[in-house]
Amino acid sequence: MKLNKLICLLLALVLCVGLLAGCGGGSGSKEPESESEAAPETQPEAEEPEAEPEAEEPEAEEPEAAAGSVYWLNFKPESDEVLQQIATMYTDKTGVPVKVVTAASGTYSQTLNAEMDKSEPPTLFVIGNTAGVRDWQDYALDLTDTPIANELNNTAANLYSPDGKLVSIPYSMECYGIIVNPDLVEAAGHSMDEITNFDGLKTVAEDIHARAAELGFDAFTSNDMDSSSNWRYVGHMANLEYYYEEQDSGTTWAECPASLTGAYMDNFRNLYDLCVNNSTVDRTELATGGHDAQNEFITGKAAFYVEGSWKWSAVSEAVPNATMIPYYCGVEGEEKAGLNCGTENCWAINCKASEENQKATMDFMVWCVTDPEASALLVESFSAMPYKQCPASTNGFLTAADAYVADGCYSMDWATNFQPNVDEYRATLTSAMNQYNADPTDANWDTVVTAFVDGWATQYAAVNG
Amino acid sequence: MKKRHSSVNAVSRTISKWGWLFMGPVVVAFVIGFVWPFVQGIYLSLCKFRLISDAQFIGLGNYTKAFSDPGFLHAFWYTALFAVVSLVIINVLAFAVAYALTQGIKGSNLFRTVFFMPNLIGGIVLGYIWSMIFDGILSRYGTSILMETKYGFWGLIILMCWQQIGYMMIIYIAGLQAVPEDMIEAARIDGASKSQTLFKVTIPNVMPSITICTFLSLTNGFKLFDQNLALTAGQPFIIQPGGTAVKTTEMLALNIYNTFYGQNAGSQGYAQAKAVIFFVLVAGLGLAQLAFTRKKEVQQ
Repeated sequence: MKLNKLICLLLALVLCVGLLAGCGGGSGSKEPESESEAAPETQPEAEEPEAEPEAEEPEAEEPEAAAGSVYWLNFKPESDEVLQQIATMYTDKTGVPVKVVTAASGTYSQTLNAEMDKSEPPTLFVIGNTAGVRDWQDYALDLTDTPIANELNNTAANLYSPDGKLVSIPYSMECYGIIVNPDLVEAAGHSMDEITNFDGLKTVAEDIHARAAELGFDAFTSNDMDSSSNWRYVGHMANLEYYYEEQDSGTTWAECPASLTGAYMDNFRNLYDLCVNNSTVDRTELATGGHDAQNEFITGKAAFYVEGSWKWSAVSEAVPNATMIPYYCGVEGEEKAGLNCGTENCWAINCKASEENQKATMDFMVWCVTDPEASALLVESFSAMPYKQCPASTNGFLTAADAYVADGCYSMDWATNFQPNVDEYRATLTSAMNQYNADPTDANWDTVVTAFVDGWATQYAAVNG
Repeated sequence: MKKRHSSVNAVSRTISKWGWLFMGPVVVAFVIGFVWPFVQGIYLSLCKFRLISDAQFIGLGNYTKAFSDPGFLHAFWYTALFAVVSLVIINVLAFAVAYALTQGIKGSNLFRTVFFMPNLIGGIVLGYIWSMIFDGILSRYGTSILMETKYGFWGLIILMCWQQIGYMMIIYIAGLQAVPEDMIEAARIDGASKSQTLFKVTIPNVMPSITICTFLSLTNGFKLFDQNLALTAGQPFIIQPGGTAVKTTEMLALNIYNTFYGQNAGSQGYAQAKAVIFFVLVAGLGLAQLAFTRKKEVQQ
C-alpha cells in the first residue's frame, strides 16, 4: 500500500514539475527584459547595511546597462536584413539592446495590435496614415521639438493628431508612377519625348502592344488584382483621382473627407484600361494573379511597369536606364505632372513605454539619421531619408521625381493615404474591378464608380459611426 | 474474493485521495488555456477596446450592432447552407468509402492512407492549391472562382470534402469493424439481402460513429476560416447602389475576423460580440445534433 501511495505521489510530482518547468521557462526569459519588475528586488537589497558600500560601485556602471532598450516593430519586410545589421551595430557601440521584429507583409496592423498588448511592447512603431493616427494617437509620444524632429529637413509628411500633437515623422520618402524601360520604347521606334501626356503614352503603348509578337515584348507588364498586387491600382493608381479632386477643393486634405465627387473617374478609367488592354496578360486572367510583373520587366518582356521607387534595387541592375513617368490620364495640363511623392513610413515612439525606453529609442533614432555609416545603410534600403545629415539618395526613380520638380512640374501627394477603412474599401473596389475586367462594359464600370465614390462615403461612415 | 474486493476498494480510495494531484495540472492548464480566455472574451464583448488591457465597459451595444449587421446575417445563412450541404456530402461519401474499404478488397490499407492524407495539409495551403486548380480550369472559360458566387460555394464544398472525407472515413471504418460478425451472419442466415443488412443491421450499429462524424462535420463547417480566406476571401462582392457591399462567399469566422481589423474605434468589441454569438450558435447546434443522433444509437 505504501508503495502505491509513493508511486502516486511521485507521478503527481513529476506532472507538477513538468508544468512548473514550463512556466519557469517563461518567467526566466522575461526577467532580463523587464526592468520595472526587477526594480523592487533591488530596493530591499539596498536596505541591507552590508550591501551598501559595495553596491555603490556597480551602480556607477549601471546607467550603461540600464539605459533602456529599443524594440522596433518594422513595417517593411524588404528592409529587415539591413535593420538587423543596424541593430547589432548600435548595440555593439552603445550596449543598448535593440530588437527589430518585422511584421509579415500585409499583417502590420494585426501584429502591432498583438505586440502592443504585451508586457514589453514595441517602443518604436509605424503610424503611416490618418487611419493609423486615429487608431494609435493615444500611444504616440508628441514628437514636437524633440531631437529627432529637429533633424528633419522636410516636414511635409509629418502626421499630426486632431489636437495638434506630432504623432509620427517620416523616415523614408518614396514615389510611384509608371516605371519605363526607355531602351524598349526606342527599340519600338518611339522616343521618350513623345510621352508627355496621356495621348502620347496611349499612342506608344498601343503601338507596342499591336506589334508585340514582332517586337518580342509588350507594352505593360501584367496587372494582377490578387492581394499581392491589387494595391498598385486600388491604392496607388487610385491616387490620381483623389489628388486631382483634392486640387479642385483648393486645399490640401488634412483629414479624410467624408465623400468624393468622382470627378476624375474617367481619367482613372483611361489609364487603367490602357494598362490592362495593352499588357502581357489578358485582363480576364488578372483576378487570381499568379503572374510575375517584376520579372517580366527585368527580362525585357514589357516596357512599362506600374510600380514605385522601392523597386529601384530590384530593376536597376537589369534595366540601368529605367526611369519613372507620371500617371498620365488625360487631365488638362498634365504635361506639367510629376510623380506621386510621399510616404507611409513614419516613426512613432510608444508613450506608454517606460521613460527610459522612450529615451533610448529617441537616441537610437537620432543615431540612425546622424551616424554616417548607419544612415548610408538605411538610405540605401529606404530610398531616401528626409534628414539633414543623411546622405543623398541614389535611387534613380527619386532622382526622376526631383527632376520633374526641378522642371517646374507639380508633385502629386499621397492623398490615397486617406482611404477610409482601407482594407474593406480596397477589397470592395478590387471585387468591382474584377467584374469589370471580366466584362469591360459601361455598366460594370458604373459599379466600379459606385465602389470607388459611394464606397468611400460608406466606409467613412463605418469608421466614424 | 474478499481480498480482491478490498484491494479494489483500496485503489479507489487512493485515487479519490490523490486524484486532485493528477487532475491539478490539467485543470490548471484548462483554466489558463480555455476558461480564462473564454470569460475574458465574454467580458470584452461588452467593451470598447483597441488593446485588451485598455478595455472600456459599454454594455450590450456591441450585440445590438451585431444583430443588425446585414453582412453578419448574410454570412450566417451562407455558413448554415454550407455546413448542411458539406455535412451531408462528407458523411455519405465517407461512409461509402469506409464501407467499400471494409469489404476486404485488395490494397485497402493503401487506399485508407491515401484518402486520409489530405487531412494532414493545412487549410491555407489547401485553399491556395485549390484556387490554382479551379482557376486552371475556369480560366479556359474566361472566368475565375472569384467571379461567381456559385463557383465559390461549390469550390469550398469540394475542398472541404477532399480534406474531411478521409478523416471521417477512419472513424466510420472503426465503427464498421466493431459491428459484431455474428449479427451479420444471423442476418444472412435469416435471408436478409445486402442492402437490408446494411440498413437494418450495420447502420444502426455504427450510429455512435455517425453521431461523432456529423457533429465534427457540422462544427467544422460552421468554423471554417482558413480555406475561406485563401480560396475566395469573400469574393465576389455585390456592390449595392449606396456603395455598401455584400460579400457573397464570406462565412461567419471570416466575417468576425474582417470586423475585428476594421478601423472603427469600436470594431474590436463589436467583432468580439459576434464571436460570442458565434460560439453560442455552434455550441447550441452541436449539442442539439448530438442529442438527436444519440437517440438513434442502439445498445449492443
